[in-house]
Amino acid sequence: MSDLYTELKKNIIEQLNLEDMEISDIDNDEPLFGDGLGLDSIDALELIVLLEKDYGIKLSDPEQGKEIFASVNTMAQFIQKNRTK
Amino acid sequence: MSRVYINAIASISPQQEDIFTSEKILEYHHNIIPAIDQNYKEYIKPMLLRRMSKAVKMGLLCSKRSLKEAGIDIPEAIFVGTGQGCMQDTEKFLEQIESQKEQLLSPTSFIQSTHNTVGGQMALDLKCTGYNMTYTQDAVSFESALKDAYDQFQNNEINSALVGGVEENAKISTGFQYYDHQLKAKEISNLELFESSSPGTITSESAAFFVLQDVKTDSTYAEVHDLKILNEVSEDQVSEEILQFLKKNGLESSQIDAVMVGRNGDSRFDHYYETVLNTLFQQTFQLHFKHLVGDNNAISSYAVWLCSQVLKFQKIPEFLKRNTAGDSEINNILIYNQYLGKNHGIILLQR
Amino acid sequence: MQGVAVTGMGIISSLGTTTEENLDALQKSKDGISIPEILHTSLKLPVAEIKWSNETLAQKLSLQTGHSCTRAALLGIHAVKEILEKSGFEKFPEDTGLISGTSVGGIDATESFFNEYSADSANRRFIRAQHPGFTTEKIADYFGLKKEVTTISTACSSAANAIMRGARLIESGQLQRVIVGGTDCLTRFTLNGFNSLKILSEEKNRAFDENRNGLNLGEASAFLLLEADQVCDKNKILGRISGYGNANDAFHQTASSENGEGAFLAIGKALKKAKLKSDEIDYINAHGTGTINNDLSESHALIRNFGNQVPFFSSTKGFTGHTLGAAGAVEAVFSLLSIKNQVIFQNLNFNQPILDTGLIPVIESQTAKIQTVLSNSFGFGGNCTSLIFSSNE
Repeated sequence: MSDLYTELKKNIIEQLNLEDMEISDIDNDEPLFGDGLGLDSIDALELIVLLEKDYGIKLSDPEQGKEIFASVNTMAQFIQKNRTK
Repeated sequence: MSRVYINAIASISPQQEDIFTSEKILEYHHNIIPAIDQNYKEYIKPMLLRRMSKAVKMGLLCSKRSLKEAGIDIPEAIFVGTGQGCMQDTEKFLEQIESQKEQLLSPTSFIQSTHNTVGGQMALDLKCTGYNMTYTQDAVSFESALKDAYDQFQNNEINSALVGGVEENAKISTGFQYYDHQLKAKEISNLELFESSSPGTITSESAAFFVLQDVKTDSTYAEVHDLKILNEVSEDQVSEEILQFLKKNGLESSQIDAVMVGRNGDSRFDHYYETVLNTLFQQTFQLHFKHLVGDNNAISSYAVWLCSQVLKFQKIPEFLKRNTAGDSEINNILIYNQYLGKNHGIILLQR
Repeated sequence: MQGVAVTGMGIISSLGTTTEENLDALQKSKDGISIPEILHTSLKLPVAEIKWSNETLAQKLSLQTGHSCTRAALLGIHAVKEILEKSGFEKFPEDTGLISGTSVGGIDATESFFNEYSADSANRRFIRAQHPGFTTEKIADYFGLKKEVTTISTACSSAANAIMRGARLIESGQLQRVIVGGTDCLTRFTLNGFNSLKILSEEKNRAFDENRNGLNLGEASAFLLLEADQVCDKNKILGRISGYGNANDAFHQTASSENGEGAFLAIGKALKKAKLKSDEIDYINAHGTGTINNDLSESHALIRNFGNQVPFFSSTKGFTGHTLGAAGAVEAVFSLLSIKNQVIFQNLNFNQPILDTGLIPVIESQTAKIQTVLSNSFGFGGNCTSLIFSSNE
């Protein structure tokens, strides 16, 4: 697994306080919201903070989050393209 | 006019929940006492649990346990009393504002910090769309919540209610209570609380919740007969206030079988209780409880938890007694509490 | 059951420091939105700030240095003082109760001194100010109110709930008179909190507009004096509290359900209590914060309660910002002014109705026959409260 994926999962677990989860518990393609990991709208806000805090990416429109946060895969791809940190 | 029955009880505190039967008291040697940890995962989904501060966890667990005992899925209304509410999340967010200089703040702690988070989470979890109220008035936070519930029963607005009090410790803020002498300067054992004649008290986190209904059931513990809140009373007036309260309920002080007072070892204010006990209740069973759990803004809910069991099981455990009085049936218990000489709460429970 | 008369009101907000000043601003379409100057913050967002420092407020109340009043308490005392001055009482009668609503009470003190308490003893008198009840007690102490005093903290519906609770105590005969309302001041805590939720607008808020994008925080305090019919001076009656209702949305911690279930239920309860049919409401002072979520949710609730006959409605938060725990009382004062002056205050900054609902608020203040006003206040934790004010005729 590439470093980014491992690091991203670690950051997600920390930012979202997923206390009992390990990195290995999250699949790259698993839906993060709804069925799957079961994140909610508060988590979406936290992920927006994560993007800026850890990767220097500021979302101009929070609505973009819906596509970006679909899975770890989509997040990692977006970060690879846009990171400034 | 309805009667208001306590039909289920649950509590989380520094003492075990079976303290009434085991009569085993846990001793602590610090002035800020945590509540005993529970298996919260058994009752609350991990994805929700991860965000919850202690107050929310304790409140939610107590509400589920008491509703289960009462055999009710959804109460008609929810009433919560808490002095400082979700202080842990408040503190987290305050620290973040400081450390991150108002940038890139995580919203979760802010969302969780509002005082009515406990009541709100209960509504969410239980899918209860009924009346939902949170009172935050220092030592009468719980009494205020209970009184609102009681009044709605009297008015035939509700037939069932979930009512409780909850308070949590926070890493830094609870410690501030040393600086303004709310807490004793020296660490003591809770069992020596009443021997320490010094200012201040000890504190803990706790929750106690009750299911109230307007009918008696097999699980009925006691009846909430009346209650009163007074913001400020002078020491020489408080006995008169209590006397008038009893008179309004057709009672003389001699008809009170046990009086539970909120003595907390604070040499500056415990004399309120001494005065009341000496003036009105010399021949009555005098009970105290803060050596078990210290003091906090919702602690009178724990007193109700204890007294409900006294009435149901017709037994006063030795660890509650401050004196001895004749053995007889216990039909009327008066609970009196105040903090720092203000926010006086008077509750009358009956069998 | 005793009737509940409103015989006094007091308010301080970004619109002015008295009821008259607030009315004047409303009539002149002059909002109170500016940028933070008294609040120390790096966030330059529009807020409705009261341009009196704590020192000025304390001085006007003749408080000694070393007092332990939080800003929220100073505002609260100011508002209640207006009631006292107009009441004809030299002091409030001894049995007068006080119920105050606040979302964050004394946190303005906590956030200022949090890092100092350990080293510096000077401000330790504010340690207990973290309790919302502390702020209420400062108000009670100032006016010698010693009997039934309590605080409700249910986020943005706090003051509305305080008014409802007070009305209940009068109806049941437990109190003959009670001061009810709320107070909340601007704080770094709330400004940063709402900012982290991304629901603050960088412009003046546009309630019920299709392109609305958030709220502006404000600060205020407002209180009403409620009295039982049998004790009040009939000439002083400003209106009546004829209905109220509280319900929980039970949907999400901060967001409202799309169909506005909690709001729908609260409005229904208030109408039932007032024994009014939906077509007997002349005007609705909406919660209308200007957030995408609230205004849509509230609109759906209005449609569910009123069908295609939604009464005249407006949000006055375009004037005062969202004053959190005090909002319900600020808007109670405005509702009563509406009845007294037979006028509907406009919904500022509106251009285009929400496409989903097509509802259009009152966009220019207009005179109208107003006998009954419904006022909504919805808070975090799904807490929804509606009050109905009626004229005294």
